[in-house]
Amino acid sequence: MNAAGNAHPRPLLAARDLRVRIGGRHILHDVHLDVAPHGVTALLGRNGAGKTTTVRAILGLVPRTGSILLDGQDVSGLRTHVLVRRGIGYAPEDRGVFTALTVAENLRLAERPGSRPPDYALVHDLFPELRQRAGQPAGTLSGGQQQMVAIARTLLADNRLVIVDEPTKGLAPKIVTEVAEALERAARAVPVLMVEQNLAVVRRLATTCAVLVDGRTAYAGEAAPLLADPRATRRLLGVASGSTRGGQDPPGARASAAESPDTREAQS
Amino acid sequence: MDTLVLLTMTGLGLGALYFLIASGLSLIFGLMDVLNFAHGALLSVGAYACWWAASGHLPGAGPHGAGFVLAVAFGVVTGTLAAVALEVGVVRPLYARPREQVLANVGVGLAVPALLSGIWGSDARTFPVPDALSGTVTLLGARVPANRILLIGCALAVLVGLRVLLGRTRAGLVVRAGVQDRAMVSALGIDVRRAFTLVFALGGALAALGGALGGVYFGEVDPGQGTSLLIYAFVVVVVGGMSSVTGAAAACVAVGLLQQFANYFTTAGLGDLAVVVLLAVVLLVRPRGLMGRLT
Repeated sequence: MNAAGNAHPRPLLAARDLRVRIGGRHILHDVHLDVAPHGVTALLGRNGAGKTTTVRAILGLVPRTGSILLDGQDVSGLRTHVLVRRGIGYAPEDRGVFTALTVAENLRLAERPGSRPPDYALVHDLFPELRQRAGQPAGTLSGGQQQMVAIARTLLADNRLVIVDEPTKGLAPKIVTEVAEALERAARAVPVLMVEQNLAVVRRLATTCAVLVDGRTAYAGEAAPLLADPRATRRLLGVASGSTRGGQDPPGARASAAESPDTREAQS
Repeated sequence: MDTLVLLTMTGLGLGALYFLIASGLSLIFGLMDVLNFAHGALLSVGAYACWWAASGHLPGAGPHGAGFVLAVAFGVVTGTLAAVALEVGVVRPLYARPREQVLANVGVGLAVPALLSGIWGSDARTFPVPDALSGTVTLLGARVPANRILLIGCALAVLVGLRVLLGRTRAGLVVRAGVQDRAMVSALGIDVRRAFTLVFALGGALAALGGALGGVYFGEVDPGQGTSLLIYAFVVVVVGGMSSVTGAAAACVAVGLLQQFANYFTTAGLGDLAVVVLLAVVLLVRPRGLMGRLT
């Protein structure tokens, strides 16, 4: 099972030998990651395994070595904004919402002048609330609403890949369901790389996944077999996946269950 | 009453001069976390370029009318180019090393006045003031020097212009977002370094305008003028709230008026001390300054 090959012949994004050193400490040692050209690829791991650093390294937000291929093209040397303009939308772990700006201004920043017109129809269809709160300072929004802004920004532009880092972190169960539904719909149009600790959400959305352990890739492949194997999830993620029910619960029940301690990944 | 009007207008004129310097300083600090100790040098470059052009060295420029406007424009353009050169050549390579960046900026701030002294001498040079600005205007019975009115008008125009730029344009939106989270701006596909250069160029242009109008206000220009004014500009930025243009404007009014009134009603020179006391009080009572964000 370890380091199994990706089922897709050519990944949309491929990171090879990704290494990151911060403050003299090796955070990532030798990360290999393939993002499938369709659906949701989940990046899993315990706290501190290097998931967020991997995403930031891919985007060039932290100094790194290794290669990054986007659609077969080497983009390792590109600066963050140039890489993003190649078609990557990013919603970071802390949501990256500009609290002093309004909702509309936050969304305007994600527009890319000179490329396809921003898809406000999709965004307002997924998150009607954002239209009503357009003039409201983003700092006064709830956590769930801020997450909507963060995800909406990734969907406005003509992106080839959307990267979301812990989109359900700290959200109420009802909002987790809404966010999961939005990502599910978004993933029909654009591939998604999702860092997530909520295994119920992973089970619902992800087709492929990679697991990091101590800054190294410990598993890469189909998500379902891993999540169906309680021993593997316990060994790699530190938690039993509750796999006997995997993929069979109704969405709301799964999202609610996701907040319970036994399905939330171990907070080690 | 005449005295109060005159003191008020002089204080506001001085505050307007501070604002021209402090607004750029505030923007640069807010967006880039750069304490630009070379900002005074940009003012001096603008002042000397304007003086040089108005003294008849630039074809078409002169001490009066349209010739003086051309001289001021020349000073502003020179200051802008100097700011861009400073950002690209000194500040940008040292973004990851803030300590060295501060030292390099201080070095530029010292080197430019020394260079100006080396070329034109350390003595003050008489600044050519157009006739229209050397007279007085009667206001509420007081005879107020016309250059105060010009300074106040320019500062108000700059304040309105900055608010429009920041509040109504995409470039301003990027700057406001960059003040909060530069990395996220990049992660949205925006070249934040272009915003840095834009802000530095804007700051340089305003400082150079301040230098040119400062020459009119003081009637002379000397190599250390920029450095002297920079100290008050820093006070204004801190009192107004780092990275708040509106706060800087409010602080400029307070500092300019306090300085003038304290100098007149107490002992000459005590106004400078009063400004330092104001700074200390604001830092104690409201450490974030009057307004703590970019507005």
